[in-house]
Amino acid sequence: METKETVQVNSESVFNVTDLSVSYGDFVAIKNVNMDITKNKITAFIGPSGCGKSTLIRSFNRMNDLILGAKVNGTITYQGVDLYDKMVDPVQVRRRIGMVFQKPNPFPKTIKENITFGLKVNNMTDNMDDRVEKALTQAALWDEVKDDLDKNALELSGGQQQRLCIARTIAVEPDTILMDEPCSALDPVATKKIEDLMQELVKEFSILIVTHNMQQASRSSDYCAFFTTKTSDDGKRRTGELVEFNETSVMFTTPDKELTEQYISGRFG
Amino acid sequence: MENVNDLRDQLTKTITRPIEKIVKFFITASAFAAILISISIIFTLLTEAINFFQDPAVTFKGYFTATRWTPTFQNPEYGVIVLISSTLYIAVIACLISFPLGLFSAIYLSEFATKRTRKVIKPVLEVLAGVPTVVFGYFALNWITPNIIQRFIPGTGVFNALSAGIAVGIMIIPTVASISDDALNAVPNSLRNGSLALGATRRITSLKIMFPAALSGIIASFILGFSRAIGETMIVTIAGGQYPELNLDPRSAMYTITSSIVNVSLGDTPHGTTAYNALFALGITLFIMTFILNIGSDYIARKYRKEYE
Ligand SMILES: Nc1ncnc2c1ncn2[C@@H]1O[C@H](COP(=O)(O)OP(=O)(O)O)[C@@H](O)[C@H]1O
Ligand SMILES: [Mg+2]
Repeated sequence: METKETVQVNSESVFNVTDLSVSYGDFVAIKNVNMDITKNKITAFIGPSGCGKSTLIRSFNRMNDLILGAKVNGTITYQGVDLYDKMVDPVQVRRRIGMVFQKPNPFPKTIKENITFGLKVNNMTDNMDDRVEKALTQAALWDEVKDDLDKNALELSGGQQQRLCIARTIAVEPDTILMDEPCSALDPVATKKIEDLMQELVKEFSILIVTHNMQQASRSSDYCAFFTTKTSDDGKRRTGELVEFNETSVMFTTPDKELTEQYISGRFG
Repeated sequence: MENVNDLRDQLTKTITRPIEKIVKFFITASAFAAILISISIIFTLLTEAINFFQDPAVTFKGYFTATRWTPTFQNPEYGVIVLISSTLYIAVIACLISFPLGLFSAIYLSEFATKRTRKVIKPVLEVLAGVPTVVFGYFALNWITPNIIQRFIPGTGVFNALSAGIAVGIMIIPTVASISDDALNAVPNSLRNGSLALGATRRITSLKIMFPAALSGIIASFILGFSRAIGETMIVTIAGGQYPELNLDPRSAMYTITSSIVNVSLGDTPHGTTAYNALFALGITLFIMTFILNIGSDYIARKYRKEYE
């Protein structure tokens, strides 16, 4: 029998990121990332635009595979398994690690079909109606749409569309949800709803969220990672790097790094 | 100090610039030329077609019920059904070839092909689109018929609907493929990502998300392909034959609307005779058929266009 090397996994953490860098062609977008992501917590990624937050979060569910020329170096383990092992099937990865995008992207189908699509894809076709109701309830959308399940999802408001996208993601019972600026296209009321929702969801899921909104990070996350770009010596290339990774409460009161302090207080970025 | 009246003079449009007027005239004229040409075509077709129906030997009833199209015979019959059925028959064969092949190429190109293969296949399709139809006609007659049709279906004539239909089908593959490809590419990438992020495979994503989302454009490509098949002339004239009786056997020759128009205009049918005027009745029949199809495809494309905004 083959004895697999047993990796010492901190049972508290869902991802371990080691020396990660991601490049597009020969442009290194982000490098030297080392971090452990804690299970059932909200981890926020903040930093100025272009520092590689989206690039990084896409590496957690292999969405970078879909971008021509994107290359991931270093390792990300998910509950001890190397996500970029060549035996790992990205389709299976994405079934467990769901993603909500910056702009709501419901399918041009009915509200119900938006949820049943993922269920069918994942062979979860038993009790579909119950699953639809549960997901919509968890996403705090059920009361608003329960009488219009056959309405086209594109007729919903932006905030409702985004909650539908969250509902369809949690319907397939992932254990982690990645969110890339999920509120950037929404008004403050809709944003508040999504933030409240995250506090409910984190009881069941681990959540990674990219946000450009400092208040949002401080209000709703447990851990916070601050990235910034460093310009190369010739001044031509800007590569993202992790500056500080800390508990959110610490980060926003007594950050370790001077740069973090400057960014948070709005003196830079 | 500038005087108000001086200023008013300067701003008044007194200066005429001849070049402006000339350019404007030509631009306007070109825009209206297309309309004018269309109107005069319809007018010509109509007046001559009316002449055709004024011959006592021609009746509306006969036009739509007779089963022979023999305007130059001693006892002429004008059964347009022969021509319409042949036209539709060959067009349907062409669609059976071009819809699946065109659609699958489009799905392959937009969902599966790497940039490099795309760079090869796209120009090849464009070359196919640029082949003169007369070449397809002789290809059907001299290659498809002897090497494929007659080999596998013995007893097939030299001129046959099957061969013509296949060649027309090949001819319209690029039309279907390129419009369907455009339709698939117009679907926002975010939908594809949304599906893949749920753990859907590429196959399911292309069939269940991308294909339905692009359906309006795909249907439009089908209608346009069908309309081109109906109007196609050279291939069917060369390879489809001129069999003037109602016939639904794909192994035998048929007689499409377009090839009978060619036939009349090439022959020495005297100007002004009923046989000659028949040409215009056919013209208007064909015109109405393709016109309805084009409007239909336009309507479908328009109706579903704004879905994503
Ligand atoms: N698909 C791509 N191809 C090439 N470069 C990209 C691509 N996506 C992002 N980049 C580049 O990578 C860097 C980081 O981008 P991104 O991860 O989107 O940053 P952020 O989300 O922090 O704003 C930027 O310089 C951006 O131009
Ligand atoms: Mg981003």
